[in-house]
Amino acid sequence: MRYAMAIDTKKCVGCSDCVVACQTENNVPHGYCRDWIVENVSGAYPIVEIELRSERCNHCENAPCVRCCPTGASHTVEGGIVMVTHDECIGCGACIQSCPYDARYSHPDGYVDKCTFCQHRLEKGQNTACVDVCPTKCLHFGDIEDPYSDVSLALKNRSWKVLAPEAGTKPQLYFLT
Amino acid sequence: MKEELFISGRDIPNIDPFLNIWHWQIPLYLFLGGLAAGIMFFAGLFTIMGKEKEMATTVKWAPFLVPIALVLGLFALFLDLKHEMYFWRLYTTVRMGSPMSWGAWTLMLVTPLSMIWSATYLKEAVPNWNWKFKMIEQTIGFFTKKRREMAWAMMFLAVVLGVYTGILLSAFNARPLWNTSILGPLFLVSGLSTGLATIIWMSKNKTERRIMSQIDIVLIAVELFLIVHLFMGFLSATAVQVEAAELFLGGQFTVTFWVFVVILGLAFPAVLEILELRGFHIPIWIPALLILFGGLVFRFVMVEAGQITRYLY
Repeated sequence: MRYAMAIDTKKCVGCSDCVVACQTENNVPHGYCRDWIVENVSGAYPIVEIELRSERCNHCENAPCVRCCPTGASHTVEGGIVMVTHDECIGCGACIQSCPYDARYSHPDGYVDKCTFCQHRLEKGQNTACVDVCPTKCLHFGDIEDPYSDVSLALKNRSWKVLAPEAGTKPQLYFLT
Repeated sequence: MKEELFISGRDIPNIDPFLNIWHWQIPLYLFLGGLAAGIMFFAGLFTIMGKEKEMATTVKWAPFLVPIALVLGLFALFLDLKHEMYFWRLYTTVRMGSPMSWGAWTLMLVTPLSMIWSATYLKEAVPNWNWKFKMIEQTIGFFTKKRREMAWAMMFLAVVLGVYTGILLSAFNARPLWNTSILGPLFLVSGLSTGLATIIWMSKNKTERRIMSQIDIVLIAVELFLIVHLFMGFLSATAVQVEAAELFLGGQFTVTFWVFVVILGLAFPAVLEILELRGFHIPIWIPALLILFGGLVFRFVMVEAGQITRYLY
């Protein structure tokens, strides 16, 4: 069992629906977000290329945030989901420094907050809020160890990349290119 | 035509500007921790060598600053926490993978040890001192007999503490400027040097100052060598580390680092100390203050610059 997400950068239009769905679902305080859109424009005029990515915590297999947490508030649960226990977090910021994806932020209440892959929804057999709401169906989620899961099928016939693989964290967000 | 990057990145106004989450508290704490480690190391060393009389400031008086520095440092660390009331969670678990965890435990050992050490010399500092309770008197008496054993523990823990102030940063591979193992020894040597500067400043004894100045010159040389090594390592590493080094080689931290840390904080005081040893009259507080200030700036620059360096965006 290993949850992962594939993001189709060719289908994403950058509407930010995933961001709003997450904020609503997880009661994210106003002005903060657990997922975000990156717009990457590269090339030299007139030949430019645009890539839109819906990004969030990579739920890394080798998570530096879990390793550096001094209290064990950051931990990995079943399915490889990286979670933060709020009343064990002292707000030291070590995990924020350790994340190559800047996926964590300091919640106004003091603890560190981040994407949970909507674990409370997964428990009920539902998908994550961002996946369910995506109007272009560019987000694919599921158990990557199951060859017939949505995410495995999405990765099967497409080329993909992960972000900053050189950081060595074995991230679990796959960007279809 | 050369490929250019037009726009890249993310923009979350309430998060992105606050991702450099460590401000003045952390560098101040690293400075005070290094300073305390420096004083403790030499207090331990000269006790083991049996030089309590000749090196009185080193062994007896300067260590009174250690608990003060550690408590101030810990308070700064406490102020840095965003969820302060849960700080005790640090002491409900030991996590060897987390430098912050074993640092917290090291401080848990070092702080009481430094307090006991000073307590055993309190009667020499304040002749009329009265412990009032017999039990305290006896406990302090017991530790006074165990100074040699305590000296060994202090030396060992001082090295752990000094290295830890560097490892705390170097354990983050997401911040390329910090992610170099040379930071441990570099912060240790810098801490020892600031400790020495404090001792030299406090000491009234010419021979003691002479010995300490000689050691300090060697330490400064080692530190300069480690800094050269640091940049050699960066420049021959990956693109992100080359970029990190460029912050100091033409980038926004160039002047602060090379002028205040390397020249005014290391090279110039070393020259002054050499001149003093050659017999020139130089007020002792000048090189001492420069070394302390340089050490403080060094930590501020490293913490601030490290948070700018990253892999993405």
